[in-house]
Amino acid sequence: MTASGTFGFGEEYEDFIDISALGGIVVKGTTLHHREGNPYPRMAETASGMLNAVGLQNKGVDYFVENIYPRIKHYDTGIFVNVSGSTIEEYVQTAEKLNDLEKIPGIELNISCPNVKEGGMSFGVHCPSAIAVTSAVRDVYKGHLMVKLSPNVTDVTEMARGVEGAGADSISLINTLLGMAINAEKRRPLLSTITGGLSGPCIKPVALRMVWQVYNAVKIPIIGMGGIMNATDAIEFMLAGSTAIQVGTANFIDPTISVKIIEGIKEYMQRHNITDVNSLIGGMLID
Amino acid sequence: MKKRVELFTVTRNRRINNEYIVLYAKPDGKLPDIAPGEFVEIKVENGPNTFLRRPISIHEVNKDSNEMLLLIQEVGEGTRLMVDLQPGDKLDLIYPLGNSFTVPKRGKMLLVGGGVGVAPLLILGRRLREEGAEVNFLLGARNREILMDLTDYKQYGPIGVTTEDGSAGVKGFVTDHPLLKERLKDMDRVYTCGPDAMMRAVATAAKGAGIACEVSLENMMACGFGACLCCVVETKSGNKNTCTEGPVFNIEDLKGW
Ligand SMILES: Cc1cc2nc3c(=O)[nH]c(=O)nc-3n(C[C@H](O)[C@H](O)[C@H](O)COP(=O)(O)OP(=O)(O)OC[C@H]3O[C@@H](n4cnc5c(N)ncnc54)[C@H](O)[C@@H]3O)c2cc1C
Ligand SMILES: Cc1cc2nc3c(=O)[nH]c(=O)nc-3n(C[C@H](O)[C@H](O)[C@H](O)COP(=O)(O)O)c2cc1C
Ligand code: FES
Repeated sequence: MTASGTFGFGEEYEDFIDISALGGIVVKGTTLHHREGNPYPRMAETASGMLNAVGLQNKGVDYFVENIYPRIKHYDTGIFVNVSGSTIEEYVQTAEKLNDLEKIPGIELNISCPNVKEGGMSFGVHCPSAIAVTSAVRDVYKGHLMVKLSPNVTDVTEMARGVEGAGADSISLINTLLGMAINAEKRRPLLSTITGGLSGPCIKPVALRMVWQVYNAVKIPIIGMGGIMNATDAIEFMLAGSTAIQVGTANFIDPTISVKIIEGIKEYMQRHNITDVNSLIGGMLID
Repeated sequence: MKKRVELFTVTRNRRINNEYIVLYAKPDGKLPDIAPGEFVEIKVENGPNTFLRRPISIHEVNKDSNEMLLLIQEVGEGTRLMVDLQPGDKLDLIYPLGNSFTVPKRGKMLLVGGGVGVAPLLILGRRLREEGAEVNFLLGARNREILMDLTDYKQYGPIGVTTEDGSAGVKGFVTDHPLLKERLKDMDRVYTCGPDAMMRAVATAAKGAGIACEVSLENMMACGFGACLCCVVETKSGNKNTCTEGPVFNIEDLKGW
């Protein structure tokens, strides 16, 4: 699958690859209302990665349903919508509007958003809020409910167990790590928001560790991501416990990487005489 | 034009001065049509210090030799590696990206470039002349040593030059040149590419004279093809991607210009 916020609505990649060749795509973060996002600059390159502060720029869920969905529903792949909000009601209302879309098998709940009613602390770093938003959406949403965890927590397994108990069908992780960059010459921050989300290969070891921990804590499937650049990285995530994987930042450097990763996984399976890809899930050997 | 990822082979590295080179490179197949203002995203090495691709304007294309020309100024690690490329080396490009400058069939055009911003003005000058418009260049540099080689530009029209220290042409910024100070009202359209402060000054002058002005923005980009929303510029109709809805904008559409 491709990761939210890095793959647009799939259309941006149509010149490069056949979208239907992918296992699934997660489209851009969608909120109840239109959002302009954060001011420029929103991006800074860092060692083996990048910081972003896009701030969920999107035209709102109604626009998605009326204008974008009809354009992309012909993709023969699982289209997941990444749902964000600043209150539980916003998440619920956004999810409800996605219920009846035939070609959307599920939503990915992005709980790494500030909860404005709870002092702006992210839903994803406060276990009771994460549980509350998951169960509220579960009550109204009929399709597959994937909950995307934030890595900016002390104990990711507590969050994972919480959302599993609240009715999540699967867990995806990790979202970006909170980071920051400064231009020393100018003594200025590189992002308009000062801090932003770190992604790319620099976060891979953290992501792998969290996938492994969550794999040992819950029973529902895990969709792993964080710095996957090639098929070997993807296989490592499966060995750590991922049932599926998402590719994010790597798409920017090679817009054809997602299909290459699928080919690379097949090649790895042949080389290791593996016939069932599921045998890789959590298949790390420990002596 | 369909965007693609393609491996080019460097055919020549032409040193212009201490900071600039022109890189000539060609694909295995035939180069597609390129419009002035379009750019490429170069994968430098995707190493720890040059993780993302680097956006570079298309300086010119030579249909006969099937070569694309890129004017590169060394400013950091990524451009340093590009400046070191030698014939035979491979260049991994995503192209053609972005929109392009308007190319009308007639009228008096002023093309204002500062620093490495002169890059897209060469292909633009040629295209304007091919269509039948009149081309005037105004090119600014810090000093004589890093002024662009003007030979190629000369074929398309007269060139005004400014340097900050007065070592060549008129001393000062492009806005100190008579072309912008006095003769702007004779022009039908102004195109500009270069440092932000320069483009804003040119835009202000064009606005004052009531002349259409197109600017080519160099916002920070992560993808270059509309997927990340990192490169936005504020316009009168909301945020727009510099990489897909730009880099060329009419100043009338931009907020705060
Ligand atoms: C549409 C567009 C066209 C461009 N055309 C040319 C061109 O024809 N010739 C040329 O020499 N340069 C051009 N640039 C600028 C060029 O992309 C940067 O100089 C280059 O990315 C710097 O990389 P670096 O690794 O050498 O420097 P770094 O060490 O990464 O950075 C040095 C400085 O370069 C600037 N910069 C870095 N990354 C970017 C980026 N992704 N986008 C814009 N600026 C950046 C920053 O201000 C930074 O402080 C263009 C930029 C854009 C957006
Ligand atoms: C530019 C950018 C925008 C993103 N936008 C979203 C978003 O809207 N919703 C979300 O859940 N995650 C978003 N993410 C996070 C990614 O989906 C992914 O979790 C993260 O980047 C880690 O994976 P990677 O290292 O492969 O990129 C964004 C990441 C980037 C780089
Ligand atoms: S650079 Fe990614 S959208 Fe423009």
